[in-house]
Amino acid sequence: MKAYAFDYVRAATLVEALSLLERAGEGGKLIAGGQSLVPALNLRLLAPQILIDIAQLPELRGITSDDTHIHLGAGTRHAELATSALVGQHVPLLQTAIRHVAHAAIRNRGTLGGNLAHADPASELPACMIALEATMLVVGPKGERRIDAIDFFKGLYETALEADDILVRISIARSPAETRVHFNELARRAGDYAMAGLAMVMHGTQPQGLRIRPVFFGIGDRPTLASHAARCLEQAADPMAGLAAAQQALSQDLSPQEDLQADADTRMQLARVLLKRGLTDLLAQGRG
Amino acid sequence: MSGPLSPLDRPNSYIGRTVPRPNLERLVEGRGTYVSDMTLPRMGHVVFVRSPYAHARIVDIDTGAAKQGEGVIAVVTGAELVEQCSPWVGVLSHLKGLKSAPQHAMAVDRACWQGEAVCAVVANSRAQAEDAAELVQVQYQELEPVTDMRTALEPHIPVIHAELGDNLAFERSLDAGEVDKAFSEADAVAEAEFVFGRHTGVTLEARAVLADWNPGERRLTVYQGTQAPHMMQNIFAKHLALEEAQVRVVCKDVGGSFGIKVHVYADEMATAALSKRLKRPVKFVADRIESFVTDIHARDHICKGRIAVKQDGTITAFAIDDLTGIGPYSMYPRTSAIEANQVVNLVGGPYQARNYRARARVVFQNKNVMCQYRAVGHPIACSVTEGLVDLAARAIGMDPLEIRSRNLIKDDAYPTDSPSGLKFESLSHHASLAKLKQMMDYDGLRAEQKRLRRQGIYRGIGLASFIEVTNPSAAFYGVGGARISSQDGVSVRMDATGAIIVQTSLTEQGQGSEALTAQVVASALGVTLDKVRVILGDTDNTPYGGGTWASRGAGIGGEAAWQAGKALRMNILEVAGTILQTVPDMLDIDQGVVVDKGTTRERIGLDEVARIAYFRPDTLPADFQAELLATRHYVPRQYPFAFTNGIQASWLEVDTETGFITLLNHWCVEDCGTIINPQLVDEQIRGGVVQGLGAALFEHCRYDERGQLTNGTMADYLVPMASEMPDIEVGHVVSPTLESELGAKGAGEAGTAGAAACVANAVNDALEPFDVTITEIPLTPSLILNALGRRGG
Repeated sequence: MKAYAFDYVRAATLVEALSLLERAGEGGKLIAGGQSLVPALNLRLLAPQILIDIAQLPELRGITSDDTHIHLGAGTRHAELATSALVGQHVPLLQTAIRHVAHAAIRNRGTLGGNLAHADPASELPACMIALEATMLVVGPKGERRIDAIDFFKGLYETALEADDILVRISIARSPAETRVHFNELARRAGDYAMAGLAMVMHGTQPQGLRIRPVFFGIGDRPTLASHAARCLEQAADPMAGLAAAQQALSQDLSPQEDLQADADTRMQLARVLLKRGLTDLLAQGRG
Repeated sequence: MSGPLSPLDRPNSYIGRTVPRPNLERLVEGRGTYVSDMTLPRMGHVVFVRSPYAHARIVDIDTGAAKQGEGVIAVVTGAELVEQCSPWVGVLSHLKGLKSAPQHAMAVDRACWQGEAVCAVVANSRAQAEDAAELVQVQYQELEPVTDMRTALEPHIPVIHAELGDNLAFERSLDAGEVDKAFSEADAVAEAEFVFGRHTGVTLEARAVLADWNPGERRLTVYQGTQAPHMMQNIFAKHLALEEAQVRVVCKDVGGSFGIKVHVYADEMATAALSKRLKRPVKFVADRIESFVTDIHARDHICKGRIAVKQDGTITAFAIDDLTGIGPYSMYPRTSAIEANQVVNLVGGPYQARNYRARARVVFQNKNVMCQYRAVGHPIACSVTEGLVDLAARAIGMDPLEIRSRNLIKDDAYPTDSPSGLKFESLSHHASLAKLKQMMDYDGLRAEQKRLRRQGIYRGIGLASFIEVTNPSAAFYGVGGARISSQDGVSVRMDATGAIIVQTSLTEQGQGSEALTAQVVASALGVTLDKVRVILGDTDNTPYGGGTWASRGAGIGGEAAWQAGKALRMNILEVAGTILQTVPDMLDIDQGVVVDKGTTRERIGLDEVARIAYFRPDTLPADFQAELLATRHYVPRQYPFAFTNGIQASWLEVDTETGFITLLNHWCVEDCGTIINPQLVDEQIRGGVVQGLGAALFEHCRYDERGQLTNGTMADYLVPMASEMPDIEVGHVVSPTLESELGAKGAGEAGTAGAAACVANAVNDALEPFDVTITEIPLTPSLILNALGRRGG
């Protein structure tokens, strides 16, 4: 199929992009890497009147670090994240996760901001952002605002972004050396959307006082922090002793959905297996 | 020297050598010509409005708004196109009782599957045609669809074609030997119901056709990605009211076929009819969604099987009851009964048991049409047979390899036949089994399996012996009245510089027909490969023949090429003998030079022979005429099919918590007779295995109860990809067919025949400690978890 006819304009600056977006109104759509948008256009699922290309905005480029945070421009390509030394050093979870995002050709073009703004429930990076407690810098007609990742993902392809907002930058606290991270997903073929996935961060070293953030994706309509399960693990004398209760508690945290790949029961089973394997991996890292 | 030379004994023979395919560089440089690359003056692009319902009456089609669309050339309904294209019925007389209803190029008053074309929009570009297609207003009255093959014959279910009386397209029964006695005297009987998902062959290049009716010469030229140009020439002529001589079918580069592109598709017929109606070129290129709802689907069988076995491991009987749903029409002209027919023919085929009962029923459904796809019927027959053999082994506590060793037809038993009447010239089941056992280190893997089980790691070994139908004679289609040629023709000529031009009726879709033809001709003649140019895929410019399907290219077209090459060699040597004043029998050709036979002593170059023959015939005797073009045809006559055989094995791991399967290794030993190009054969095997693994684990056309395909995109229909594929090790046993000089049998479908069977057997072997048996494919994680009773609630 061929896309409906549309206009195309490449913005040179963030200000210009915002003004183009405002002018276009409901018919406007931002494009960066286009890796989700272009297939949707070709399937005629979307019919924007104008595409505003923000791939080359200087304000969206770059990976920087200060004393406390690492800052990722929303226009950063997946492939750039995968090879960045700064990302590798300070947010290793992201580099582990990136390997599971689609295929190399898609990672070469797809952008971090596009991935997050698209908010596919099976996407890897939104879950990582919640696990890492990232903050999104958003610019709209009324100026800048910051949104915590946990408040950013609202549902199926739905975020806290307004139609005239642009996601500019993502800031993540640098992980202290003792922070352990885990990423795993169950996909029938490498590069596919996962049937179930887990991004998990564990802060602290002593069994008491651990802070654990297991975030599941590909299970419900959005990435989900399994807070009941986390509490079971954190409050147990030893996290492994809390595992069975945590696995049970997942039924409070998650609302598994049925699709072509798996029914809800299978998804719940997979989530419990992922939690067990994730915790085992995190604890083994401590012994290493 | 006396007696005919063996192909392998020829000077500078390319038989048995891996040489690069001549078309490879052109294709990898992006200089191939596929139909979608072609543009003709005044060409229109057609887009079809397709039924969103599985079954619906067409009440009204309003084309008014669409006709006003930008760039629109014409909007034509199915009812209107009847003027240009007559309907067809997909039956063959040797499949007794097979019935089907007339099918039109586009639905006329009723759409019978989701995706059937009801209206065509022709515009200056594909995008414009798509825009206008959305403006066509079709008023449907939805009818009750028939979707479940299990209930399709029940009295309360609607009959799709009332004039046929019921939804039963075809039924075949077979009863050989003393089946009841064998079962009653068995020490153990095992049975299971095997379920095979509906899937399709996903070609890299979608179906494409460009039809050009030229009113000036009253000729239709059709550029088409097809496996059988001469068959299509006949079909276009017949249904567009033309003489065959008025139709030329040209088949340029084709990006994969796998049997998908050997059938008559309604939308391709409509495209040709539109060209005739509009008197201008019209192109249709299926997009991926159209491919999923209109490219033929395959498999979709439910087969109950039983096996009788003695305590000593002797298998005494097989019995099956197979059911398959084929969509609303039997496909034209090869019919949709062939797969079920093959299942009946092939079950139990590798084994000595003489008692066999089978029934197969083929029913109509309101889903996409079904027909022959790579390894027609073989994966069903092989999975049922090999699944039953494993169940029998388990019932009597025997090793799966041992029970096969005790029951496979002995290598010295040939010629012989099967209870279903198949004739076997010479197979090598035991040599293949022995080779496989050694290649895979069967005993070592069993020890490793045992050791890992103690660690909670569940790995399994699966075996699958198979036979494969190749080199079909006229028994396949010709005797049933179809104008599908089982013979092939090859012309070989030497031009004025000594270069060789070959025209063959084989076609090339990526499997290497061009390469094998060049190798055979170069070997028969005695020239180097760079001197040989092969022309194929053009009904105006090649001898008449079948094309490339049913693993027939090397065995039939290859033999024709061999005979034509030999004939031209004789003709060249007659000219050379005349020039050199010696007898042709004393001469041969080696590396493009005429030499004294049996030596490398050079007498005269082919370029010089050609120069004299074409430009100085005055120097030759007055009564001598050089004939530097030779044509030969070949068809097997002694055996209806050249059966091949082999055995595959899978080694895999099942994650019993997630239901995920990891393929660790795969082996295939097969016997295709003489191997012309080892690399092409090995890659045919590997590619075939991969398609079989796709069926085993991934590929599934999933329909809902209303007959809607729910996964018609490449994101949702999972094809096998490199990351999940294991190493595939290929071994060979060589038993040439004595029916041809070349001795080649087919190799195109062996891989697909057995791959899913051995994966399913390996999964059950891995899960043996859990006492579960899974007989359904694709083997999804959900299916495995269900069988294990492990699901969260």
